[in-house]
Amino acid sequence: MKDGNGPAAVSPLEPRAGPIHSSATAEPPYLVVRDLAKAFGNFVALRDIGLDVAKGEFVCFLGPSGCGKTTLLRCIAGLESQTTGTIRQAGRDISRAPPAGRDFGIVFQSYALFPNLTVSANVGYGLRSKRMKSKAIAARVAEMLALVGMPDAGRKYPAQLSGGQQQRVALARALAIEPGLLLLDEPLSALDARVRVRLRHEIKSLHRRLGITTIMVTHDQEEALTMADRIVVMNHGVIDQIGTPEEIYRRPATPFVADFVGTMNFLDGVVAAPGRVRLGDAELVCAAAEGLAPATAVRVSLRPEDIRVRDMGPDVPNRLEATIDDIEFMGSFCRADLTLAALPGADLRADFSINLMRDYGLAPGQRLAIAFPSDRLRVYAKP
Amino acid sequence: MATAAAPAVNLRAARGFGRDELVQRGAILLLAAWLVVTVLLPLWALLSKSFESADGKWVGLDNYITYFSTPTLIGSLWNSLFVSALTTAIVLPLAFLYAYALTRSRMPAKGVFQAISLVPILAPSLLPAIALVYLFGNQGIFKSWFPDGAIYGWPGIVIAQVFYCFPHALMILVTALSTADARLYEAANALGAKRWRVFWTVTLPGARYGVISAGFVIFTLVITDFGIAKVIGGQFGVLATDIYKQVIGQQDFAMGAVVGFILLAPAVLSFAVDRLVQRKQVALLSARAVPFTPKPRFGRDAVLFLYCAGVGGLILAILGMALWAPFIKYWPYDLAFTLANFDFYEFDSSGWSPYWVSLQVAAWASVIGTTVVFLGAYLVEKSRGFGWGRGIAHFMAMMPLAVPGLVLGLGYIFFFNAKGNPLNFLYATLAILVVNTIAHFYTVAHLTAVTALKQIDAEFEAVSASLKVPFHVTLWRVTIPICLPAILDIAIYIFVNAMTTVSAVIFLYGANTKPAAVMIVHMDEAGQIAAAAAMAALIVATSAGVKVLHVFLSRALSRQTQAWRRR
Repeated sequence: MKDGNGPAAVSPLEPRAGPIHSSATAEPPYLVVRDLAKAFGNFVALRDIGLDVAKGEFVCFLGPSGCGKTTLLRCIAGLESQTTGTIRQAGRDISRAPPAGRDFGIVFQSYALFPNLTVSANVGYGLRSKRMKSKAIAARVAEMLALVGMPDAGRKYPAQLSGGQQQRVALARALAIEPGLLLLDEPLSALDARVRVRLRHEIKSLHRRLGITTIMVTHDQEEALTMADRIVVMNHGVIDQIGTPEEIYRRPATPFVADFVGTMNFLDGVVAAPGRVRLGDAELVCAAAEGLAPATAVRVSLRPEDIRVRDMGPDVPNRLEATIDDIEFMGSFCRADLTLAALPGADLRADFSINLMRDYGLAPGQRLAIAFPSDRLRVYAKP
Repeated sequence: MATAAAPAVNLRAARGFGRDELVQRGAILLLAAWLVVTVLLPLWALLSKSFESADGKWVGLDNYITYFSTPTLIGSLWNSLFVSALTTAIVLPLAFLYAYALTRSRMPAKGVFQAISLVPILAPSLLPAIALVYLFGNQGIFKSWFPDGAIYGWPGIVIAQVFYCFPHALMILVTALSTADARLYEAANALGAKRWRVFWTVTLPGARYGVISAGFVIFTLVITDFGIAKVIGGQFGVLATDIYKQVIGQQDFAMGAVVGFILLAPAVLSFAVDRLVQRKQVALLSARAVPFTPKPRFGRDAVLFLYCAGVGGLILAILGMALWAPFIKYWPYDLAFTLANFDFYEFDSSGWSPYWVSLQVAAWASVIGTTVVFLGAYLVEKSRGFGWGRGIAHFMAMMPLAVPGLVLGLGYIFFFNAKGNPLNFLYATLAILVVNTIAHFYTVAHLTAVTALKQIDAEFEAVSASLKVPFHVTLWRVTIPICLPAILDIAIYIFVNAMTTVSAVIFLYGANTKPAAVMIVHMDEAGQIAAAAAMAALIVATSAGVKVLHVFLSRALSRQTQAWRRR
């Protein structure tokens, strides 16, 4: 889709996002957002938003606070009305429909459970106005509570439950009316780290069981990477990249995505020749620089865990001399600060496994040979 | 299920908004219309009147020029400013220390002192003035303290005003002082600061917005109050009594309107400052603050206890005098007990009926006002879209706080009594008293409701919309039950104020709808001070009774409907 007006992304390999499921099933997308924009007075909250969501897909809107991800979710729910643009759900144009005229269930960060109603009354809240018989409602409520793993909580009030339990009830309430679309607005952000991880798995397994199309807003990249079928990375009101978690992590379309998702090294360089980049005194083979004109100023990026140390023969491509300045013990691995002989001013971080540390006896002050694997390097033209 | 419902909502979707949105927008327009008629148009009528001659011709600033070139009128302006400033200067330190004792000490009987200090709120402002007449007036037992009737004039006004304004200032200061962050005190102690230094560098700055706010509130209360100056002001003219004289005495409506507008200025200024300051006060206390709990310290606690006992004693003395007075046969010569003063037929042909009128006005204003105010606040706070409509409604709901009762009442005469007005039939009925009372006390009630609504999760309406539940169902099943304590507070607030207010209604009553508080003024004018005191005592007893009922009712209610608050 759109890469926005951020630093120009240069990546011919970039799979321009389309819904990954749609080609497989040849079904039209369940949710289609086109040319959507939203302004609050002079402040542009969303711009040029285009997005397809396939039926049954789990999509995460990921971005820093203020990037517009929640606004986009609220536009889809009808809680905000977009300034321009259209939204279609299941083939129906819902661009101007009020929230009650759309088909979705929603869960908020604050749970938004009605505090004066019991858990059962909360879960059955949407069923009562559907003129269901009270027996049928009770059965459905019990079913939903069992689904979220809280079969015995029905008579309690929300204040008597923990945060994680309250969020499960909110989930049960949203799912009870069998919506076509489930919207989750930072559902895990208010919870403790441990509860968060557990609920993450539960939401994911619920999604697998029910197959309900789900959109979740989050600022937590780990949540997005572990839960989503596809991630929509947003920044300053535009979509920077849409892709599977692996695509987003391996081939970030912009420096922003590269920096926001995971840890990334950025080094300043210049294109020397097609497919070759000069970094200080060194010249590297770099597939990603293939389409760029010589003398273009670029930023070269590389993940800390992709820096190679083992099996460094003299003719390994992209071989560089480095010095270890400092080593930080992170538990399951170590993070090292390196200085490159070819580019002394640059900060370079490398993640070394404990194994590697032991085998090579790495320590601060030590000099060693490293290599930048050509296929792991990303290149972004400087604006 | 969802797909089955789709075609029905499709039609509405095409129109842009659903039934909920239509109903809400309609209701907001209704609310705005209500406020336009009961607040905006009367004020407009007043404004235009001040630029007209007696026969309704446009005369530009002529009335204002006349006003400023008439020495007696200008004199009243200075008099008003003088008593307001003096009262403020006395009440502020008095209330600050009292509030400090209540919040920052471990003295005993705090609850009793707090209760005593708030009693004056239940009384009409006329009450302390009547008590002063009994104590220091021409027949007073302590009249030698104020020789030659000196109490009738600014000394009497100021003393009575101090009594009347004390609880209002105290409430603001208690709030300001109770939001203290213990961490600041710990830091000051850790840095070795002496007590006085801590007071000047932590306590006072922390409460400074409260002090400013209280100062403006007192100033406005005094300058706009009518009852006290009327009863004990003697020949000492102030703005509020001038309006009354111009309108009722000399039937000079244009000049009354001019004085009304001059009276509006300090009230509007104070209102603006208060809003500004309140916004800052909120920001002072961060969510991470640790509440301050005072430690016992004998010396300080003993001194503050004696101070509070002194102030509380004075309040009780004035109140006690006022409540004892009606039961005395012939003050000060025959102190025997009597109920004769409650036989109002002996003093005024309307007898007891003003009391029943006041009860009816208070009850109706309380029921209708609470409904209108709460639903209005709900629409302003919780409905979706239609931002400008909600903004205008909120703005108009805030206006009455800046409008003194006398000014509003005068505006009502001009607006509702106008020949061409289709609402003319309301004039001098019970209904106009009810409508006026609701408008007069709208803002505080509105703010109470808004505060309660703001504390509720902002997403309830979104959740119900997603569950396809109409907004009124959630309003009824969730929002109102949660807000019930606040709703009760609003009802009581309107009731008590409707019982005690004189200022607005003094222009609006008819032959059969004279309220009790107005009756006090009339009996006092006629020299029947014992009967006036009897009526005042009746009002205090009623307000206090309702307040006690309120306490019991809210306890019972919270057992019934607030069970969910307990863990």
